[in-house]
Amino acid sequence: MLEIKNLHVTIDGKKILKGLDLKVNAGEVHAIMGPNGSGKSTLANVLAGRDGYAVTAGTITYKGKNLVEMPPEVRACEGIFLAFQYPVEIPGVNNIYMLKAAMNAIRAYRGEPPLDAVEFLNLVKEKVKLVKLKEELLNRSVNEGFSGGEKKRNEIFQMAVLEPKLAILDETDSGLDIDALKIVAEGVNSLRHHDRAIIIVTHYQRLLNYIVPDQVHVLFDGKIIKSGHRELALQLEEKGYEWVKQEAAAA
Amino acid sequence: MSTSAIKHYVDQFQHLQKELTSDQLQAQRQSAIELLQKTGFPTTRQENWKYTDVRPITGKLFNVATVNPEKISTETFDSIRLHELDCHELVFINGRYSAEHSSLKALPDGVVIKDLASALKDRQQLITEHISGFSAAEHNGFTALNTAFIRDGALIYLPPNAVIEKPINLLYLSGFNDQPFASHPRNLIILSENSQATIMESYIGLDDSDYFTNTVTEVCMKQNAHLQHYKIQQESMQAYHIGNLKITQAQNSRVESHSISLGGALVRNDIHSRLEAQGAGIKMNGLYMATGKQHVDNHTRVDHMQPHTSSHEIYRGVLNDHARGVFNGKVIVHKDAQKTDAVQSNANLLLSDNAEVDTKPELEIYADDVKCAHGATIGQLDQDMLFYLRSRSIDENTAKSLLTYAFADEVIRQIKLDPIRKRLEYLVIGRLPEADLIREFAA
Repeated sequence: MLEIKNLHVTIDGKKILKGLDLKVNAGEVHAIMGPNGSGKSTLANVLAGRDGYAVTAGTITYKGKNLVEMPPEVRACEGIFLAFQYPVEIPGVNNIYMLKAAMNAIRAYRGEPPLDAVEFLNLVKEKVKLVKLKEELLNRSVNEGFSGGEKKRNEIFQMAVLEPKLAILDETDSGLDIDALKIVAEGVNSLRHHDRAIIIVTHYQRLLNYIVPDQVHVLFDGKIIKSGHRELALQLEEKGYEWVKQEAAAA
Repeated sequence: MSTSAIKHYVDQFQHLQKELTSDQLQAQRQSAIELLQKTGFPTTRQENWKYTDVRPITGKLFNVATVNPEKISTETFDSIRLHELDCHELVFINGRYSAEHSSLKALPDGVVIKDLASALKDRQQLITEHISGFSAAEHNGFTALNTAFIRDGALIYLPPNAVIEKPINLLYLSGFNDQPFASHPRNLIILSENSQATIMESYIGLDDSDYFTNTVTEVCMKQNAHLQHYKIQQESMQAYHIGNLKITQAQNSRVESHSISLGGALVRNDIHSRLEAQGAGIKMNGLYMATGKQHVDNHTRVDHMQPHTSSHEIYRGVLNDHARGVFNGKVIVHKDAQKTDAVQSNANLLLSDNAEVDTKPELEIYADDVKCAHGATIGQLDQDMLFYLRSRSIDENTAKSLLTYAFADEVIRQIKLDPIRKRLEYLVIGRLPEADLIREFAA
């Protein structure tokens, strides 16, 4: 589904990603771990198409298409969803209308008719239960006055409604207490599907107790320096990142 | 340049003498035209007009408009009218009252809502008592010009304790002339003790005629009177509009002013309120949207004369293309005005690299126990918000329109009257790309 080869990315001329390779197949959950400043969030943002990230070398191929030149809204229509590390507040733009506009833009892109108001509302009511978000929050402006945990749950709620093909969770677990973490994890697990891939960018292995990944990658200094299975995350928690760095340096 | 314009207006004035000498305002007209001859029109050398060059107006010779009400088709009129708004409506075409288009519902005893031209015949005393609260120093060339040509407009008078439920709409329509023409509407609004009204002034251009609207509205608020005032400016994109709203407020009187400026090539709005007694308060909301080469200037001034007076002001501007915006908000807290509460904010959104805005909040405080705050911002659309919406599959143009609308809506949502708010939402969204897609957001 997603294949990244030798990806180099700079921000304001500064090299952040320095030859990253990653292959993610449909149905898989991949965790990207690494210390601060290793390039985890850059990877998430580059995949979603944020401005200001220059791809200087390498390729990103998604469903056989070149992602690099694709505007963010087209990526979203093609099924890419980014759950933001810091979801922005947008005063004056209603949450539920934004979601409906998003939904119908995706449907229009696929040549499907828009959902009518009743169908959409039923979908919303069903999915909002999944993340235990208070319904009245949905009628507010996007994320305005939401607590940190509510913002993160709103991201997962949007993801559940939009049903992306490739979901990227950028530190969705950071700042969540254990109850909120479980809710988010349940939401994500309910979306695991044989034709959907999920990339979890995280600092801590805690989330991986609840969302068990198929593969774990260690990102360091702009490259993936080690890949493994679930056990790798546990080793990282126990021993830190130093041994992986040394191992990579030796190789 | 402007000397020939002044001579032109003096000639016009003398020409109109025969028609106008019959009422008691003649002395005021005469001294106003003399004042105009003496002071001339404002120039950019004057602090108050520093950013607004009026030479496009004063370099042109505008004639007295001819009035062709029959040219307004029923369809045109229907498209303008706020059908959802059950209101008393006075309609003016090129500055002159049109009885056939106007409609007045039943009114409480003693309430007067009528065109100034006929009120000058039977309500002279009421008019002369209240009109022209401008001192020579307060006049500028345009208010003097308006005063010299007082001829038509509206008189609204509420006796003590009168409450008018339905809004009063003063609808000024302009168009249908081949030659450049000017109108000088003069409105006089008197709200006696404990009275209450909602009054809307709408200025609408009907075609691309070359015209100049030079309007003055005077409002006299007696004790505990309440007014909601709306000014909606939708002149044609070729038109010039200079508007002056002057308010005096007695004890505990409350005014809510909403000023929405959408049309016009060169526009200047002045609002000045004097809070003359304790407990008087004004809320001023304003929105200006300009595109192409439009120039929109909003000047507001509040004089806090006495203790416990309040003014709350929010103005927002959206400037696109080569448009130019000017905001100047002056708050003067006089030495007796302890416990004044004055808050002012002006925020501007620049949608193009070529758009420009000059904003200047001015506070002059001569009392020592007051609460005053002001702030002004100029910015572009927030890139994080834009990316968030785009990452949710909303295309760039729609996302920009949505964020622009959300910015403007901060002012519009203050409007309590549903039909007016909805109409404005409709008009504002209509100015944005992908309007149809985002209409739903305002629903």
